[in-house]
Amino acid sequence: MIDLTTDYLGLKLKNPLVPSASPLSRNLDTALRLEDAGASALVMYSLFEEELAAEDAMLDRFMLHADLGHGEADSYLPDHGTFQGGQERYIEQLRRLKERLSIPVVASLNGVTRSGWLELGKSLQAAGADALELNIYHVAADMTATGESVEARYLDLLFELRQAVSVPIVMKLSPYFSSLPHFAKQLELAGARGLSVFNRFYQPDIDLETRELVHGLHLSSPDEALLRIRWLAILHGRVNLSLAGTGGVHGHEEAMKMLLAGADVVHLCSCLLSRGPEYLGERSLAICGPGWKCMNMSRCVS
Amino acid sequence: MADAKTLTLDGNEAAARMAYLCNEVIAIYPITPSSNMGEWADEWASQGMTNLWGAVPKVIEMQSEGGAAGALHGALTSGALATSFTASQGLLLFIPNLYKLAGELTPFVLHVAARALATHALSIFGDHSDVMACRATGCAMLAANSVQEAQDMALIAEAATLAGRIPVVHFFDGFRTSHEVAKIVAVTPETVRAMIDDAQVGAHRLRALSPEHPVLRGTSQNPDVFFQARERANGFYDVFPGIVQSCMDRFAKLTGRQYRLFEYAGAADAEQVIILMGSGAETADETVEHLQAEGAKVGVLKVRLYRPFDASALLAALPVTARAIAVLDRCKEPGADGEPLYKDIVTALAQAAAVGLRGMPRVVGGRYGLASKEFTPGMVKSVFEALTQPLPPNPFTVGIHDDVTHLSLPWDEGFRSLAARQLQHAVFWGLGADGTVSANKNSIKIVGEATDLQAQGYFVYDSKKSGAVTVSHLRFGQGPIRSTYLVETGMAGFVACHQTVFTERYDLLAHAAPDGVFLLNTPEAPDTVWASLPEAMRQQIVEKRLRFWVIDAYAVAAQAGMGRRINTIMQTCFFAISGILPKDEAIAAIKKAVDKTYGKKSQRLADLNHRAIDMTLEHLHRVEPHAGAGLPAMPTDDRGLARACDVPLPVFVRDVTLPIYQGLGDRLPVSVMPADGTFPVATAQYEKRNIALEIPVWEADLCTQCGKCVFVCPHSAIRARAFAAELASTAPATFKHVPARSKDFPAGTHISYQVAPEDCTGCGDCVEACPIHDKSNVSRRAVNMVPQAPLREAERDNYAFFLSLPEFDRSAVKHGTIPGSMLLDPLFEYSGACAGCGETPYIRLATQLFGDRMLIANATGCSSIYGGNLPTTPYTVNGAGRGPAWSNSLFEDNAEFGLGMRLAADQLMAYARTLVKELAGEVGGDLAEALVTADQREEAGLHEQRRRVAALLDKLAASSHPRAKELSRVAEWLIRRSVWIIGGDGWAYDIGYGGLDHVLALPYDVNILVLDTEVYSNTGGQTSKATPIGAVAKFSAGGKATAKKDLAKLASDYGHDYVASIAYGAKDTQTLRVFHEAESFDGPSLIVAYSPCIAHGVDMLYNQRQQDMAVKTGHWPLFRFDPRLSVAGGNPFKLDSAAPSQPIKAFMESETRFAMLSRSHPEDAERFLAEAQKDADRRFKAYHDLAQGHADTSKPGA
Repeated sequence: MIDLTTDYLGLKLKNPLVPSASPLSRNLDTALRLEDAGASALVMYSLFEEELAAEDAMLDRFMLHADLGHGEADSYLPDHGTFQGGQERYIEQLRRLKERLSIPVVASLNGVTRSGWLELGKSLQAAGADALELNIYHVAADMTATGESVEARYLDLLFELRQAVSVPIVMKLSPYFSSLPHFAKQLELAGARGLSVFNRFYQPDIDLETRELVHGLHLSSPDEALLRIRWLAILHGRVNLSLAGTGGVHGHEEAMKMLLAGADVVHLCSCLLSRGPEYLGERSLAICGPGWKCMNMSRCVS
Repeated sequence: MADAKTLTLDGNEAAARMAYLCNEVIAIYPITPSSNMGEWADEWASQGMTNLWGAVPKVIEMQSEGGAAGALHGALTSGALATSFTASQGLLLFIPNLYKLAGELTPFVLHVAARALATHALSIFGDHSDVMACRATGCAMLAANSVQEAQDMALIAEAATLAGRIPVVHFFDGFRTSHEVAKIVAVTPETVRAMIDDAQVGAHRLRALSPEHPVLRGTSQNPDVFFQARERANGFYDVFPGIVQSCMDRFAKLTGRQYRLFEYAGAADAEQVIILMGSGAETADETVEHLQAEGAKVGVLKVRLYRPFDASALLAALPVTARAIAVLDRCKEPGADGEPLYKDIVTALAQAAAVGLRGMPRVVGGRYGLASKEFTPGMVKSVFEALTQPLPPNPFTVGIHDDVTHLSLPWDEGFRSLAARQLQHAVFWGLGADGTVSANKNSIKIVGEATDLQAQGYFVYDSKKSGAVTVSHLRFGQGPIRSTYLVETGMAGFVACHQTVFTERYDLLAHAAPDGVFLLNTPEAPDTVWASLPEAMRQQIVEKRLRFWVIDAYAVAAQAGMGRRINTIMQTCFFAISGILPKDEAIAAIKKAVDKTYGKKSQRLADLNHRAIDMTLEHLHRVEPHAGAGLPAMPTDDRGLARACDVPLPVFVRDVTLPIYQGLGDRLPVSVMPADGTFPVATAQYEKRNIALEIPVWEADLCTQCGKCVFVCPHSAIRARAFAAELASTAPATFKHVPARSKDFPAGTHISYQVAPEDCTGCGDCVEACPIHDKSNVSRRAVNMVPQAPLREAERDNYAFFLSLPEFDRSAVKHGTIPGSMLLDPLFEYSGACAGCGETPYIRLATQLFGDRMLIANATGCSSIYGGNLPTTPYTVNGAGRGPAWSNSLFEDNAEFGLGMRLAADQLMAYARTLVKELAGEVGGDLAEALVTADQREEAGLHEQRRRVAALLDKLAASSHPRAKELSRVAEWLIRRSVWIIGGDGWAYDIGYGGLDHVLALPYDVNILVLDTEVYSNTGGQTSKATPIGAVAKFSAGGKATAKKDLAKLASDYGHDYVASIAYGAKDTQTLRVFHEAESFDGPSLIVAYSPCIAHGVDMLYNQRQQDMAVKTGHWPLFRFDPRLSVAGGNPFKLDSAAPSQPIKAFMESETRFAMLSRSHPEDAERFLAEAQKDADRRFKAYHDLAQGHADTSKPGA
């Protein structure tokens, strides 16, 4: 039996294939299928504080306080006590996943406010998350914000969250930090246990016919893996952090290359979304390249 | 023995709790003010709450009350226990089945929130005219006078009907009891269990129709036996009062609360007695107690069981000493020699006197409290005073000033009962949407649950749906609260104003008691607020020695992350200042209530509320009044009708509309009211409500003059005008106008897009509709929202100037283009509809195009409320004084009502034409010929005909022909009328569908506009057959399981109707075209118009975006079916929308009505989504095939 075990964030994983944050974890059935297919851990879909705020505003305005002050209608949408807020749904799903899966479950969080990051982080740990992935989904479009200040915001946040929770924290970064190795080191010092490179952003498009912005999510393509491979290689061995390669893994080639470059795990998303959870099983087998006997051997090749 | 647990709830919930426990089938139809009872039942059923027998009752919403009654009849005759809830017109629709149910001796209780019937006007408010219309049905009638009794009598009625087999109408006063929140002693399920006899339930089951032991029921009988059979049931009625009393006695043993068929309170030797039923009896009781304490020999007899009428029980309860009796009826029977209760009492007393049982007292009858008119202790006292007169007036009224027939009694408005003086009173002024009412309901619950105090809340709402004002009247006290009237002036120890702007508009402190508290939410700092108050308010604060507190609740809310939600903040202030509860205890209770509301749904929201509560006290400040020295006198309100008083107003507006607008309608005497419910139009223009925080400002340099902003405006508050440039020479300096871009206009024509600053609601739809962006600043459009206050004065002048410009020559404007048609004056303006309403732009458009010739039949619903709820109407007139003539008949008959208008127009036109032909010699042959053969389909033809009719009238005036006068009387019918039948989907798809279908099946020329919000909007979001699959609505809490009825497609199947499906926010040109085609079509036209509504759970700022998404995702395809095309050999079906370019998921995720299902029933949401997509695909294919000339072979679900 080939040894594919790996260490990620201090978690012993049976192989390096970890489905990344995606809608697949919203459904218990697909999560179980991922586990059956060989996933060694599961990163849950991201909990976005902004989405929670928008949903709360909706709940507050249209369900709990829809009264217009007219005598004939004091509400419009029925509130029969069955409505569950985003945070509550996320925590319940986390609990269900923990209950049914035997692999570690990493909760993924995107906050906006300081209290959002901290309180939500604590609640995810309390609900049983094995680790926290901080999904740094931030488009630095502010002309007045320096790169340093952007970095400082996340370092401060990480430091504070580190005091508040005990589970390992992995930072999922975008490729747009100007000096990534330096920032990675700072993150390590601030208490991060791992780095996940790189986040992919929703990119607005323009419809040339209507000249309107079109918002959509495009699945990744294999050539996106190259960016990850380079940076994994740069970071590997230079920071005391677990490394995850994420983005562009569509076949065993990209996965192997990322592992060769130094990833402890590779994340899969687009290929699973388009081909189904069982595709991961096929990858698991294919990852064993000729002459490889263990995960460490893959690294030794370099 | 006695149930000790208390509940704080309203009358509807109190009654519904009992009804739910005692029944198995609940068939309902929403109608104010009873809708909440059905909604409670639906909620409990969806939560799996069981009835007495451990089963979850089946709750079903029907298409009308007639439908509900039929379903209940079926359920009852088949062995189930069944009930319903209704009021007013709904109760009338129940009546045929009430006769049947009583005739078949069927145990059944109908719980009624008694409400006025529509006569000269509709009223949603409470009186007994509906229940009195049922007194001949054979049903028993049991009255509850309070929230406590609404619960208790509901159970007693359920028990009695099972025991005695007579169906019971259990009623309590609409709004006053149905919506009053009060603390009551709860009846426990164990008590209900003990009251309901399973043997009697078993007997009911044994009588059920069953093939196992078949019987025949509902026979047709001949003269030989019908009469005898009718008399056969007498014995059941004879014993029923006794059965009710025994149920009351059993109830007393279980709960300690003893009721009697007729309940007397007052002096044992009373000489003057008032007899009445309903909530007014409690006020009478309170007043009797006061007068008795002062030595008066007075009493009140409360009637509980009105049918069967038990004269002996009445006589037993009525002191023999009573020499003068006033029987008060909360209804009116015009033409009768007394109202129903009065006549029954007189009969009972006369019969007793005739056989020598007792002497005949003097009995007079009075009317009071129609449509929730206030009934106060002062009025009760005045009735007693009248009874002391040697010849008491009979009949009389009390509560109004009747200066026509002089029937009304004067009353002392300053009289305050002893009981009322012992209570604590509080009054809160809030905006409809600011949460004041819900916070107060919550406060009552807190006081009710945390203390031994009794608590009562009653809420006065607005007739507007945007910028609505609510006034909450709260009472707290040690003893029972029997004050079934509003908090009276000078009584409130606590007055709160949650909106600063009200300080300018209302006399907020009239209710304030001396040495009381005034709490104001204001952005002013504590040290500057005093100077910001109107002088009259400052004076009242000083004179009444009020303790004045302020808080900037909006700032606290923003700081706490609560946006603009201030309800818990103001609630915290109330408890902090009023001292009703110890502060810490109160705050803990508020937090507990917050957790209850939000806890399971969003801990995050609960935490934010907690933070806001904690922050409140440090921002709450006491302000010491300054004597006023050196302070400038603040200007009083310069807004609205108050300001308009300075300019000449039409007499009616000045004498009637203005006082109603100012909240002084109660003071209007009978003489000023129209006797037949007919009111002038063009009155909304005087309101100037100034509710917009921001208004649109036109950027003339950017504007392409497309007219879209005008097209989408729900309130006709942004308008376009083309005019000769020289007319602008006297314009105010800031009035904007630029040369018209279109070459269609003569040289020198200018155009202006102008906002009505004081009528705009600030919805922002015009900005969203604007297609133009400034290339150097993309966020700047050709209209942009800016704060209203700094612009108000200048724009007011600009708008006045704008309106003074004449409408551009209508014949020179292209009616078929958006920019052209938007130059036509709207004859529907400034309605009270919600900001961003999706319905009103359609009505406005119709009035722009055809307003001068429109007759409108309007179904009851949102459009009748914003169209015809006093004090004003948005329907107005053009420069020639012509405009839409509007009426509302009922909810259910609107298509037929409009058809009648068409028939009258056709009949009178035919008659007038006959006369013209007959008088051709007098009139002139050419003119006569032209008058009878005129082509009036288009506006130019109509214009010509009007000219001819004027010429005709001139000639007739000079004629001595004996029929000349007759022709002149009907000559106006020679001008074609455009009949419009307007209503919502509740009418068109459900209650009025039979009539609508019939009108569509006929060939008459009517235009039917269905404003499809896909839900009952006016009554609060109940499911209709227009509700789409997967949408959450009341009675579809788990998502509607079936697809929306395709009304337009069904109508097009007739083949001879013009039919269109439109959505102006998706394709305004198609909407415009459809209105022209529908109106010009000589036959029935049906326009099904997609109308986004706040009930969809989406900000109405995005009204047009939602319409666009509905079309792009295939939720709402656009099409036209024009039979004229098939006559010409073409395909009558035109598909106006492209194949869906987005999945329906995109649309469904964008609206709370769909999105909430994925938060409550995710698996169902996914399933419905798949089905909705399938349905959209199927429909598009079917329409596409039709447009290609293929037959529609697809079937729903295929």
